[in-house]
Amino acid sequence: MRVHHLTTAFAKGVAICGLMGGLMGLLPLAAPAQAQESKDPIIIALHDWTGQHITAHITGELLKAKGYKVDYVTIDYLTGLTAMENGDVTFMPELWATTAGDAMKASDATGKTENLGPLGPAAKEEWWYPSYMKEKCPGLPDWKALLKCGEAFSAPETAPKGRYLGMEATWGGHDPERIEALGLPFVAVDAGTEAAMFAELKSAYERKAPIMLWVYSPHWVPSVFQGEWVQFPEYDAACYTDPKWGTNPDKAYDCGKPHGEIFKYTSAETKKKWPGAYEVMKKLKVDGPELNLMVKEVDVDGKPLDEVVAAYVVKHKGAY
Amino acid sequence: MSEVALPRDETHPRRFPVGWIVAGVVALAVLVPYAAPDSFGWAKTYPARWIVPISDWLKAFLFWLSRDLSFGLFTFKDMTRFVSGLFGYALEVPKALFSSGITFGDEEGAFHIPRLSWAGLIAAVTIWSYLLGGVRLAVLGFLGFFYILIFGQWDSAMVTLSQVILAVLTGVAGGTLLGILAYRVPRLEGAVVAALDFMQTVPTFAYLVPLVFLVGVGPVSGMLATILYAMPPMVRVTMMALKRVPPELDELARMTGCEPKQALWKVLVPSARDDLLVGVNQVIMLTLNMIIIAAMIGAGGLGFDVLNALRQANGLGKGLEAGLAVVALAIVLDRMSRALVELRPVHGAAAARRRQLFWIGLAALLGCTLLSFAFPALEKLPAEYRVSTGNMWSDVVSWVNVNLFSTADAIRTFLLMNLLVPVKTFLIGFPWVGLLAVVAGGAWALGGWGFALGMTALIAFIPVAGLWERGMTTIYLCSISVVIATLVGLPLGLLGSRSERMHKFLGAMCDTLQTLPSFVYLLPVVMLFRIGDVSALVAIVLYAMVPAIRFTDHGLRRVPPSLQEAGTMAGCTGTQRLAKVELPYALPEIMLGVNQVIMMALSMLVVSSFVGTNDLGKQIQVAISQADPGKGLSAGLAIAFLGILADRMIGRWVATRRERMGL
Repeated sequence: MRVHHLTTAFAKGVAICGLMGGLMGLLPLAAPAQAQESKDPIIIALHDWTGQHITAHITGELLKAKGYKVDYVTIDYLTGLTAMENGDVTFMPELWATTAGDAMKASDATGKTENLGPLGPAAKEEWWYPSYMKEKCPGLPDWKALLKCGEAFSAPETAPKGRYLGMEATWGGHDPERIEALGLPFVAVDAGTEAAMFAELKSAYERKAPIMLWVYSPHWVPSVFQGEWVQFPEYDAACYTDPKWGTNPDKAYDCGKPHGEIFKYTSAETKKKWPGAYEVMKKLKVDGPELNLMVKEVDVDGKPLDEVVAAYVVKHKGAY
Repeated sequence: MSEVALPRDETHPRRFPVGWIVAGVVALAVLVPYAAPDSFGWAKTYPARWIVPISDWLKAFLFWLSRDLSFGLFTFKDMTRFVSGLFGYALEVPKALFSSGITFGDEEGAFHIPRLSWAGLIAAVTIWSYLLGGVRLAVLGFLGFFYILIFGQWDSAMVTLSQVILAVLTGVAGGTLLGILAYRVPRLEGAVVAALDFMQTVPTFAYLVPLVFLVGVGPVSGMLATILYAMPPMVRVTMMALKRVPPELDELARMTGCEPKQALWKVLVPSARDDLLVGVNQVIMLTLNMIIIAAMIGAGGLGFDVLNALRQANGLGKGLEAGLAVVALAIVLDRMSRALVELRPVHGAAAARRRQLFWIGLAALLGCTLLSFAFPALEKLPAEYRVSTGNMWSDVVSWVNVNLFSTADAIRTFLLMNLLVPVKTFLIGFPWVGLLAVVAGGAWALGGWGFALGMTALIAFIPVAGLWERGMTTIYLCSISVVIATLVGLPLGLLGSRSERMHKFLGAMCDTLQTLPSFVYLLPVVMLFRIGDVSALVAIVLYAMVPAIRFTDHGLRRVPPSLQEAGTMAGCTGTQRLAKVELPYALPEIMLGVNQVIMMALSMLVVSSFVGTNDLGKQIQVAISQADPGKGLSAGLAIAFLGILADRMIGRWVATRRERMGL
């Protein structure tokens, strides 16, 4: 507990108390006048993947070095934007165009958040298989090979169709539609959580058993397990909206998943409240391969996250 | 004694064969939609245009609450934020004490008052455990906290502990006051009991999203969710305890001239002390159950460590170590609070010794903390003294995976093809009118027309709210798990009732199963049984069989010795005595266990959706990731209604059965 932080929090509390007190016939107290740079802590969101923990802590360390107070809060990925609109979260370093496109559009419309531009790494997510599956399904990574490979990727309950593990319900991705549009002999199974999905990958990989699943990058999986992404027809915005686009003239979604930028978001107040911090957030850039390496150091080599982040900050401090 | 119960018809002769008519109507409602799918299609699949958009209404209502509702001077949101602000300040106290200490200023080398030293806390816990429960408890307390220390879980455990302490204090205080209110104002009692049923059956996950809307994220919302979940038993226990205080005591208080307030606090509450402490124990256990779920909305601590470790490449060992720290914390706190319940007041020298031990513990705690001004190692154990199992657990699981997978997979395929898939297909294709009729018929047989109407209304919520497929998947998954959990739990409980050693072993096993975050064993299960319903089934059975074991054990142990002797005298062999005397006598108790099994299975739904089931828990999970509070709440209501339905039906059955046995 920092006493200093407590006093400003207390002042805020007094303001709220005053508001409540007004009801009971007390005089409302005026909130203290806003200083040039607010003393309030900057709240950075943590989600449930390691790459994001790293970028969040890098931002936090850079801000701390400039004398800001930083708090972290764990919150679900998309719920984070709602919390930011409510003023509970100040900064989110990673909103992926691939998964949060709709949520970002909705949030932009409220005017309570601000898109600070891309973070740097290119987000990639697609169907992924371990290299040993290439023997069982010749022609990969081209998606057309999958048309004949249902059996090779099947499980008893889906046979003769293949089994594809995804996270449709929570991360979206339109896989059932993709399977239908491209006529793939596959069944999309919802994995529920990333932890469960990669536990199954680990299990299959150890036994060289067939598996096809959703993998995204930056992540530790591509650096630990040998494998590659399926090459679907390149994504185009029209593919998702216009049935006529692509190989199937009657259905949309006959293409791969969008890959693209990862965006930084902050509350619309930040620019006025913490102008210096705003500059740092706006400038923040992280190199994709470097981030992948850091994720591997934490998740695979078991290094403490703080050490990895500290090393990065020492190296790149000059830029801010 | 051949059969304890008498056939129903002998005791209640009826003029009309109403039973047959009801049975006929139920059969018609089930069979007709199958027989004539063309003209009765509406009775088989619930027509989409009849779906009531309950979740949209709930969502609109919550948005209105959080954005538009205003009391003039302040808005509803200001009010909830104010309350959460209060909790935030209150949390600073235990947090400073246990986890962060107090630092003056932000600069390096600023003056720092250390947190309670680990050495002091371990010493105090050990000494106080000795005071409460002798050497055995002292050893347990020492080992539990020492484990947390040496495996490097101390920092997180103290974050968790400080939240647990505040949540328990609030839960106990709030629960007691609510209980007293319901006791004093009988008109409120019905409403309070109904609210409690609700709080306990709506899965905590369902109110996480609304909480994030109204309170924000962070330790405070995690704590509020915990309090909502953990308080109900305290209210129940308080109401029950006050009712059980002999009326003579109340009269005595009046005669000696107590005012009502004095009578309550000086006479009634102290004499209900033992029962109230049982409630405290319950609050502690439920609070610890919530650690993981609270971590999902920012509570941090051990829950966060478990979730975070399990996402990493070789995180299984780390996750297990953090999970076992939760178990250690839970078991030590549980045993200490239970020992407090059993502690008898003593006088004279013994009392002086107790006081002495208490002060020695406190002195050790404060002494070590003061020493840590000079020796920072006493505040935070240096990292080089910590141990870890490293990759051992991951390696063990990998070995099992490589060597036993084919067996596990054969079992999985067998279960899936012969049991799970057929039952699921049957239930999802079941006519909804038929389901309503079956519930109504069953409820009528147990409790008459009014009861039947109420129960049917509960089950009707599922099709009406448009939750048919996920609702029926829930019923399918839960009913199969409950059957398996009961089939496994009953024999184990039976064994426990026969031998003291087995009883002890099962007790330890049940404690671990209930307090170890299910996530920890879920991942190895997934590696063996893959994502899907079989893994979910295994996880639910493991968690839900605990009450089946406990209640069977307890029920059989309570069979009066005179009854057993009577059985032996009548010439029963051991097996006959068990089947004809003991089991029928213990059956109501066992059924209460089954009732608990159902509740546990329902509470595991959200966790099971994490391994890829498509049940009501999934609906809640989706609602969380889409930040749609309406969707989550409507699924939560559906789960609550299923729980209340099962609870009431079994409750009726047990009551009738007990009545007929003359208990």
